[in-house]
Order: sequence, then C-alpha cells, then structure tokens
Amino acid sequence: MQKPQTPESAPIVKKRISDPLPVQIVLIGVTLLFFTGFIFLPLGLVFAQAFSKGWEYYLESIREPYALEAVKLTLTTVAIVVPLNAFFGVTAAWAITKFNFKGKATLKTLLDLPFAVSPVIAGLIFVLLVGSRTPFGSWLGEQGIKIIFSTPGIVIATLFVTFPFVARELIPLMEAQGRDEEEAALTLGARGWQIFGKITLPNIRWGLLYGMILCSARSIGEFGAVSVVSGHIRGQTNTIPLHVEILYSEYNFAASFAVASILVFLALLTVGVKVTLEKQFQKNSFHHQELP
Amino acid sequence: MTLFQKKRRNILPGFGLSMGYTVFYLSAIVIVPLSMIFFNTIPMGWEPFIHAVTAPRVLASYRLSFSTALFAALFDAIVGLLTAWVLVRYRFPGKQFLDALVDLPFALPTAVAGICFATLYSPVGWLGETLAKWNIEIINSPTGIVVALIFIGFPFVVRTIQPVLEEVEQEIEEAAQCLGATRWQTFRKILLPHLFPALLTGSTLAFARGIGEYGSVIFIAGNLPMKTEIAPLMIMSKLDQFDYAGASAVALVLLLISFSMLLLLNAVQEWQQKEYR
Amino acid sequence: MNLAWIKKITITASLIAASGLPGTIAEAAVIKLLNVSYDPTRELYQSENAAFAQYWQKKTGQTVQIDQSHGGSGKQARAVIDGLEADVVTLALAYDIDAISDSKLLPANWQQRLPNNSTPYTSTIVFVVRKGNPKHITTWDDIVKPGVSVITPNPKTSGGARWNYLAAWGYKQKQTGSAVQAKNFVKALYKNVPVLDTGARGSTLTFAQRGLGDVLLAWENEAHLILKEFGSDKFEIVSPAISILAEPPVAVVDKNVTKHGTRKLAEAYLNFLYTPQAQDIIAQNSYRPRNPAALKKYAANFPKIKLFTLNEVFGNWRTAQKTHFNDGGVFDQIYLP
Repeated sequence: MQKPQTPESAPIVKKRISDPLPVQIVLIGVTLLFFTGFIFLPLGLVFAQAFSKGWEYYLESIREPYALEAVKLTLTTVAIVVPLNAFFGVTAAWAITKFNFKGKATLKTLLDLPFAVSPVIAGLIFVLLVGSRTPFGSWLGEQGIKIIFSTPGIVIATLFVTFPFVARELIPLMEAQGRDEEEAALTLGARGWQIFGKITLPNIRWGLLYGMILCSARSIGEFGAVSVVSGHIRGQTNTIPLHVEILYSEYNFAASFAVASILVFLALLTVGVKVTLEKQFQKNSFHHQELP
Repeated sequence: MTLFQKKRRNILPGFGLSMGYTVFYLSAIVIVPLSMIFFNTIPMGWEPFIHAVTAPRVLASYRLSFSTALFAALFDAIVGLLTAWVLVRYRFPGKQFLDALVDLPFALPTAVAGICFATLYSPVGWLGETLAKWNIEIINSPTGIVVALIFIGFPFVVRTIQPVLEEVEQEIEEAAQCLGATRWQTFRKILLPHLFPALLTGSTLAFARGIGEYGSVIFIAGNLPMKTEIAPLMIMSKLDQFDYAGASAVALVLLLISFSMLLLLNAVQEWQQKEYR
Repeated sequence: MNLAWIKKITITASLIAASGLPGTIAEAAVIKLLNVSYDPTRELYQSENAAFAQYWQKKTGQTVQIDQSHGGSGKQARAVIDGLEADVVTLALAYDIDAISDSKLLPANWQQRLPNNSTPYTSTIVFVVRKGNPKHITTWDDIVKPGVSVITPNPKTSGGARWNYLAAWGYKQKQTGSAVQAKNFVKALYKNVPVLDTGARGSTLTFAQRGLGDVLLAWENEAHLILKEFGSDKFEIVSPAISILAEPPVAVVDKNVTKHGTRKLAEAYLNFLYTPQAQDIIAQNSYRPRNPAALKKYAANFPKIKLFTLNEVFGNWRTAQKTHFNDGGVFDQIYLP
C-alpha cells in the first residue's frame, strides 16, 4: 500500500481519467467542509487557547519541569512500544501470509481485537492481572517489582492499545504480493534471512513505515487506558495526555492547551518523517517497489 | 494442538519461529490480560451475572452506545470514502496537509477531543452559539456522542480505503468508459464493489471503536441515566462502587459483542475474496 | 542500500530512547512521601506541602518531597487498593477510606486515630449562581422549582456529588421528618439536572465555562475558587440556611508506610495539618478549619450555616452508600420510569 504518488510517476497520473472539474470542486468542497467542522475547528481551538495568554506564557508552560517530565515519559513509551509492535507486526504478517494453516481467520480476528476493546477495559485488565489485589500482583509487590502505577504499566497498556497497527497494515499488503518472489529466491539458493532482508523487507517498507507512524501517533495520544494504570503522580507517571487533563482540571486552560499542542506537533512530525523518507527514497532508488 | 498447524508443505522457511513468536506475543499482550475479564466474572455466579448485565440502566446504555456508534460509523463510511477519493484521485494545493491531518484523531488524546467539542458546541461556543439560534442542541444529547464518535472513527475508514483505491487499476475504468458506461455507472458497478471490503473493514473498526470509546464522550454526552449514559461509563461507575465483578461482567458482554463482530467481518471478507477469484 | 532506511529508523528510535531514559527530578538524599488525594484539594496541598517541607527541614534537617496524585475520590481509592503505594490518603469521603481498609491496607478503626474523626478540615455544600442571581435562588426549595436548571456531578462517580445529594436529602428529611418527602424532593431536584458530569471539576466547567445551568451545587471551597478563577463579576455564592457538614478524612496507609519506612514522617505530616499554621492555610483555601481560633480569624469568609452531620441523618457512610448510591439504590430508582 501507500504507493508514493509523485510528479515523477507523472505518465501514469496523466493517463488517469478524471472527474469533470465541477464534480471535483464539489467533492473537494464537501471534504473541506467536513474537515473544517471536525478537524480544523478543534485544532484551531487548541491553538487559540494555547496562545490566549501570549507566546511567553506558551513557552513557559511547555518548558515547565512537570511538562518536560511528561514529554520524556511519553517519548520513552513510544520508543519502547513502536519497535516491539513493529517487530511483532512483521513476524505475524510473515507467518500469516506466507503459509497456509488452520485457524488463520481466528488468528487474524484476535490480532484486530485490541482495536475493538474499550480503552477503559484495556486499562482494567492490567489492573486485574497485576494489581495488588491479585495473588500474582501481591507476589510482584513483595519482590519490589512495580508494574502498574509506574512506567512499565504505562508501556504495557500502550502496547496493548497499539498492538494491531503494524500487522494490520502489512497483512493485506503481503497477501496481495504473494510469495512467488521469495520462493524464486529460495530456489536460487538464498537463505531465509537473506530472502527476508533483500526481498520481503524492501517490498513492505512503506506499509511497515506507515504502520509504525500510526502506532506512534496512537501511543502518543492514548488517554483512557493509560489513565487507569498511571496513578497520576505529578512528574513521575503522567504522560502528556494525562498532564493535559491535570492542567485542565486546575482551570489552567492556556497551559493545558499549550501542552496539548505539543501532541499536535508530534503527530505532524511523524507524518513529516514519512513524507521526507518517501522523497529521499525516490531520489536514490529505482522503482523497486513497482514490482508486482 | 492442531489449530495453528501448517496445512500443506511450503518451501519457505521460518514458519515455526514466526508462528511461535506471534502466538507467544499475542498471548502475553492480548489473550492473557483479556482473559482476566472472564476469570473475574466466574465467582459471581450465573444469576447475579445476568442480573448485572441486563439491569434496565445497563440495557439502555448498550442501546445508546450501539446506536450512536452505528450512526457515526455510517457517517464515517460516507465521508471517509469521499476523503480517500479526493486525496487519491485529485491534485490540489494543501493536499499533503489534509492527508497528514487525517491521523489527528489518533494522536489527539480523546479527552482533549472531548473538551474541544464540548467547548465548540456549548451554548457560548463558536458553533453552539449559532446552532442555539436554530434550537439545535448538540452537547448533552445523543447527537453530541455521535459527533465525538465520528471524529474518533474517521481515520480508520480513510486509512483502510486509501491504499486499496491507490491500487485500483485505471484500465478497468477506462475499459468501462470505452464500453459506454457513464462515470457514475463505472463508480457504482465497478469501483464500489472493489472498494466494498475495505469500506466494510474500515467502518466496522470505527463502529467497534465507537462502542468502547470513553474519554471523549463523557465530556459531551451529559451522562444522564437511561438517556445519555454510555456502556463504558457503566463499567466506570461499577468500579467506583468497588464492584470489580459487576464491572467485569459488563466488560465481558461488550468484549464478546466486539469479538463476534470482528469474526463476522473476517468471515465476510474471506467469502468475498473467494467470490472474487 | 535496501536496509539504509530501516537503519535510519533504528537510529532515530534509539536517539529518542536515549534522550528519554527515565530520570527523576529529585536527588537521593530526599525523602519522598506520596499523598493520594481527590480533585478539589490541589491548591490546598500545594501550599500545605510547601509549609510542611519547611517545617520538617527545620525540625529534623531532612529534605522531604511530597508527591501529589489527584483524581476522583473513588478512583483514587481504587488505585491505592490495586497497588498505588500511597503513604497517606486524603479523600473526599470516609467510605472510600473504608474500602481501602477492607483490603487490609489500614485498620478498620482508622478514623479514631486522629482528632475530629480524622478530618482536619471540613466544608459544606453551597450554591453558585450567575451574577445578580436572576432566578432568585436562596433556599434548597428554590432549586427544585420547575424551570431552574441545576448542575451537579454524577453521584455514582463523584464524591462531591454524593455530598450534594445527601445535603439535599438531609435538608428535606430534617425539615419534614419524612424519608418519603426527602425522596420526592431529591427526585424533583434531579429532574432539573440536564447533565451529570463524572467529576466535580467537570461540573464546574460545564457551569462556568460552557454557560449551562442556573445554579451549581458545589463544595464551599470550590465555590470560592470559581469566583477567583472565573471572575466574581460573573458569579456569586449563595449559602443556604441549612446544609451538610462535609468531612473529608485523612489517613496513613499502614501497609505502605511500613514498606517504605516512612511511618514517622507520614504521621507527622497528617498531624501537621492540625497545627495553627496549617489551619490558617486551610482557611485561606476556603476550607473550614477545625481550630476555633482560625475559624474566628476568617469568620467573614464562612457565613453561618446550620450544619448537620452525615451520621445524624444517615447513620454512617457505609449505610448511606448502600441505600442511596449502590446499584439498585435510591439514586437508581429515581431515574427509573
């Protein structure tokens, strides 16, 4: 998926039959109308509130030590969660798409499950699993191992919530690509890891990258599940979204939205990374990805 | 243990390793934690369980959560398809920016989204002021919940349709046009069936997510018992009475519904793929 | 070349990881104490913690850092039960600390361990109305009149909301001596409620920022905070003649202080709240101090309200919770068709 659409591939684009101009204008107009109501206005509100007390106040709020601790915690979480889930996504997609086995449909459904689980439940299950009410949890407590109400709990809850993103991107893609290329390489004497590194990985890189971007966007923004397992200790177990909530309940609206705007920037940054990588890749490579 | 066994010999290596890791990771992060919901309801016994999950307030909350999530998913299906179409097929200034903003609902914490909508649509807010003149009330009504859920589910639809739309071969459309089909006919008879599985997946995910959504909805819903109280809030209020078993019971019902829905979705897709070949 | 891009990602990721390795603000010499509290006490404990840290430093030479965690009272109690290692809890109602004692983290007689039922400060429930009091609300009976819109949070999920509910019930029951009348009164009251936010702060925002409702039922201390934060030119406080004495209790969590070796500090911290200095801070934050001297000093801020206790009308918190707020209780019944 995510075939790069660039002017370089213009010949294909030109050939495209397109809708008449009036239709285009109407459709784009309707889309923009929707974006205005549902995306631009909330976004505008965030920034309007964030800067309601001026630039200096804005900078002050995002440089405040508790805010910085929250940013640190969120980035740490993302840095642990995304590689783990990306690795899992690739492995699962390999197992599911390159082989036939019984129970494939069930397995795929189970992979999707975290999407459909309420964030409230997602937090609750880890409290039920390792909370100190349970034998396992109280045993952990005696060993001095803290999971919930500290960083590991936040990481695990985020792992759960963002679990399916990479696998979900890769499975349809790899299903469409089939396994002929890999099998051909195998008959030519390539070994397992070579096949994966030289053939599969380049084929799926956009899907993988895209899955990782969605995964990190969601990890940055997750509120419900993390809120249940965090403990809300200022400067210690508050992620950015939780810090936003705290500031808001202190009636400190400008600071609250200022910190929220960091999240918007982080989200835009991840997409920016994607665009840059796409461009750079096209510059120094041939149309490897155009192979069937 | 015949479930995950290879059906037929395949020459590619790594089945054992990749499958083993997949099952292990899936169990550790998803299955084992989720099973806690089940184990926490067992001590309840059957009758209290039924009583807990069929109390009138709980039933009303299921109804509300399902109907609002359904409306939101339908709306998202239409707008998501439109957005994906515009982003893939047309070229206009600012397109990349729009494309990037599609993911915003993922990144913006749900609580912030909820606060934003509650502020926008409040009687003194940017939009609410105008709407109040026409006597349209958004916040503290089911409409408000639908608004929040549309926002939450939107990226799921766009991001599942977009890649499929990009892969559609234009030759088919051209051929149809050559054979005298109108643009609309081509879209309805050729493109739509092709996009349908992705559209279905996207909106089902949006729907499933909508049923469980909590953070954004509680700010805008009003939370009146029997009227605007969503199912996840029932779980929360049971927890606040330290009723872990009752909360797990309601959670289990929601979980089973979501799971069977996804199962159904995958079955439909499997069947569709077979039809296609 | 094929792997160049993935290297880039790995490098970026590891850079983020390196820059984001968890570090702590405090140095090793600092003794830490965790106070798990409910929502409206944020400002109070900010001042109290600073005062206590100074006091302790002077007395023992040790530096203490008191970490705060705030949230809905019930949620906070649940977090402590599930393993949030609070040294002290300062919650909105005794029932929540009772629940903690049920899971053996502190003894059942916790409320007898400190003076005044372990409540160093009290509060009550008052009305906040829009400037000029356009609906002429002065008594409890005014807020159940048709056409008056009342904002109060959900008693199922908010401790403050339970005090609101009990205040209304207690008022009517004391006035008429009849529980049936009290129930009808509360039913009429909730008919006037268009939105039940999950927490007290949520209700305040609904009322003050989103412009909903004619009257907000609030803690007295929150009412003063609203005037301070949102402008006394927009809102005013109406104190009813009769209301409930809300007693938010505090307690040391024995199991956790034993584990951390912080018992002495934790006990000193809670006892500090009863000192004249701390009672002054309490009064400045619009909580009613227990110390008569402090109460006298700030008497202008605390209008005379006839206060009844929860035990007078409802027996104790466990009974009140069970009769009124648990599933199937009176609060559920008044919403059934």
